Amino acid sequence: MAEANGGLNIRPMDQFRVEPLFGGDYVGMFTITNVTLWMALTVLAVTLIMVVGARGRALVPTRSQSVAEVAYSFIYRMIEDVAGRDGVRFFPYIMTLFMFVLFANLLGLIPWAFTTTSHIAVTAVLALAVFITVTVLGFVLNGAAFLRLFWVDSAPLALRPILALIELISYFVRPVSHSIRLAGAMMAGHAVAKVFAGFAAALGAAFFIPVLAVTALYALELLVAVIQAYVFTILTCVYLKDALHPHH
Amino acid sequence: MEGDIVQMGAYIGAGLACLGMGGAGIGVGHVAGNYLSGALRNPAAAAGQTAFLFIGIAFAEALGIFSFLVALLLMFAV
Repeated sequence: MAEANGGLNIRPMDQFRVEPLFGGDYVGMFTITNVTLWMALTVLAVTLIMVVGARGRALVPTRSQSVAEVAYSFIYRMIEDVAGRDGVRFFPYIMTLFMFVLFANLLGLIPWAFTTTSHIAVTAVLALAVFITVTVLGFVLNGAAFLRLFWVDSAPLALRPILALIELISYFVRPVSHSIRLAGAMMAGHAVAKVFAGFAAALGAAFFIPVLAVTALYALELLVAVIQAYVFTILTCVYLKDALHPHH
Repeated sequence: MEGDIVQMGAYIGAGLACLGMGGAGIGVGHVAGNYLSGALRNPAAAAGQTAFLFIGIAFAEALGIFSFLVALLLMFAV
């Protein structure tokens, strides 16, 4: 590990430390930490843009109203395209997921902010909620016929048990990849930005090279923040489609 | 001493696990490249297929995520 008095002392993972807001070191179940703060800010930002921003309901939308409308119609069309017409019933849930993840990602890009979605604990809860919802929904809507999802009818009979096993494994791996994709992308991006920022401090007069790199990286991270929110949502739609129509 | 060797093995394993991300990179590049070549042949149909592009990328990326997971487990859990 890097020595504290060495030339290059970059600690990219320090930014992900969960710390209590009001002093002390103890982090318990109900301690108010920086994660709590930034999640609350995320909810506040989503509320501001979706409720307050779109309150005017003007025919010619204001800027904040058109942002809300673009997000709304974007998610609506995504559910229609991917999950089908009857997936629209779950629009409020999917819209909430998208806005929360998007704003958590974007707020995390503010300097000194805490990226709540960089923690697997946070994304795992979101992904598990989707997984449990979709599984329960599949059994409620289709009964035992939901298990046909694992029985690939189009495959040769001899292959079907093997395929069923693979499908079963891939089904239960879904929440893992769903959550770690988001957390990993966020964590990696922020850690890389921190490493480059550390180079700027170490290089002295040539500091502008890493600063330019960080600027470019920041633009990339903006893109990644939006794309990861999009991917998280579209995968939710794909899983929802499997629950609504479990036939291959 | 023995603990040091175990830790060394864990670190080497974590580094090796990262090779899997290269495979994910190949997969993602393959999906995106094929999408682009298809989109250039028939640009009119391209806009409707972006959802499948991202789903394909996400599935290809999932396997890279597992290698990342193995690396994380070796670093922090073993």
